[in-house]
Amino acid sequence: MLSANLSAIFYLISGVLFILALRGLSSPETSRQGNFFGILGMIIAITVTFLSIGNFSTGFVVVLIFLLIGGLIGAFIAYKIPMTAMPELVAGFHSLVGLAAVFVAIAAFLNPEAFNLGYPGNIKLGSLIEMSIGAAVGAITFSGSIVAFLKLQGIMSGSPITFKGQHPLNALILISIIVLTYLLCSTQSSNLFWILLVVSFLIGFLLIIPIGGADMPVVISMLNSYSGWAAAGIGFTLENTALIITGALVGSSGAILSYIMCKGMNRSFFNVILGGFGATEQSAGEKNKEQKPVKSGNADDAAFLMKNASSVIIVPGYGMAVAQAQHALREMVDTLKKNDIKVSYAIHPVAGRMPGHMNVLLAEANVPYDEVFELEEINNDFANADVAFVIGANDVTNPVAKTDPQSPIYGMPVLDVEKCKSVLFVKRSLSPGYAGIDNDLFYKENTLMLFADAKKMTEDITKNL
Amino acid sequence: MEIDPFIFRLSIFILSIFIGYYVVWSVTPSLHTPLMSVTNAISSVIIVGAIIAGLAGNSDTIFNTSSIFGFLAISLAAINIFGGFLVTQRMLAMYKKKKKDK
Repeated sequence: MLSANLSAIFYLISGVLFILALRGLSSPETSRQGNFFGILGMIIAITVTFLSIGNFSTGFVVVLIFLLIGGLIGAFIAYKIPMTAMPELVAGFHSLVGLAAVFVAIAAFLNPEAFNLGYPGNIKLGSLIEMSIGAAVGAITFSGSIVAFLKLQGIMSGSPITFKGQHPLNALILISIIVLTYLLCSTQSSNLFWILLVVSFLIGFLLIIPIGGADMPVVISMLNSYSGWAAAGIGFTLENTALIITGALVGSSGAILSYIMCKGMNRSFFNVILGGFGATEQSAGEKNKEQKPVKSGNADDAAFLMKNASSVIIVPGYGMAVAQAQHALREMVDTLKKNDIKVSYAIHPVAGRMPGHMNVLLAEANVPYDEVFELEEINNDFANADVAFVIGANDVTNPVAKTDPQSPIYGMPVLDVEKCKSVLFVKRSLSPGYAGIDNDLFYKENTLMLFADAKKMTEDITKNL
Repeated sequence: MEIDPFIFRLSIFILSIFIGYYVVWSVTPSLHTPLMSVTNAISSVIIVGAIIAGLAGNSDTIFNTSSIFGFLAISLAAINIFGGFLVTQRMLAMYKKKKKDK
């Protein structure tokens, strides 16, 4: 049996390894090593836990069995999941962290002796507070992530669900969580603990339903952050350094990602959380719909334009992910490169349904990462490029964000696609994007609309090149 | 007067938030998706709590309400640990540089 001090040192080591795991992600070259550090840290933490308990009886076998069942399911999912389903997977994983935190909190509440926290009905006050916070945040993470998962999967409509009195109701529930925590700590009543859990599950659900599909990058990052804080709460309960460090890392990581995503949309965090974005603006978009002339073309026209270009910038968006067009796109680019045409990719921070979504899809299609650029890196190049090929993106290219202060997306950083000599827009119809506003770019002189499925159109262009 | 150990844990927590802040800002935006999947995996270190709960029963009562929640939490966390690290590995393996030879 490992002494408490020695195991604490090992937990510290695994915490440090987790920091290195995140540090590795600063560049693709060091990232794989970083992941290895993460795995090592996890192995140390689990091994030390077993050794410090030192109980290798029947219970140990049962633990291993449950560990193995979970591990097999996890490994199976990891190998089977298509890259386009990454946002759903991450949302699903968040829900599991949340639920695991809830279960650990329940176990600790029912059997505090095992964790050195006191006795049932007489749990140390500090531990009880930490436990309640961990359980409540865990429950919110769980139900919120389930809603996010259902929305991303398309099982639940991606459009915001709003009703009258929503915000007062949510505020009331949040206040009741605080009151319940207070009462729980003063009475130690297990009934209050269960009510606290139920109410937390409810608020997680209610908080996410009013948030629309394209705000999912913020939601996923936010839930990522919550899962970290839940873990940290449990870490305090268990007095475990590895868990506290990890919780803090994950919590701040998710918070930063949320911030980056909000900035990418020029919206305040609060504005996203309150939700209902797409729904309210929809009507405004319908109103000023005048018939403006649009130039539309076919794959042949597009191929002609690109063949005569010397540089092409590709702007992928969520539509590319939906159409699974990334491989077809890369084949098209290969053909272009054979004709000595310079090709680069421009990624908007909120393209897709989660941070970095487009980058992963392009990487999957074997696009070298040094051809893929972020908004600030590439935005000046549009003026010198011959063709911008917009595939499945819309709002992130809308020049109205720079010109019309009335527009709901005014001030959002956009890709300066309109500065290109010509713009090719692959889209299924003229329908407005998520923000529900018309894209002026559709009606520009130098824009050619290609109305088709992204994958099919890209393949057709390749044939015509 | 002695300092409550809670204060030390709080110190670790606060300092780790700052470490997290600086480390995550240095993550390249193209790796934000792997960042999320790996943070998923590491936050499942909550499994240590689940293991303690699972092993808390004595030999004649392996299964009581508390340990059953522990066992379930072990499986949930294990899905995340294996799934999170492996899917991150799979993604990171796809990030390649341009080939030097043309």
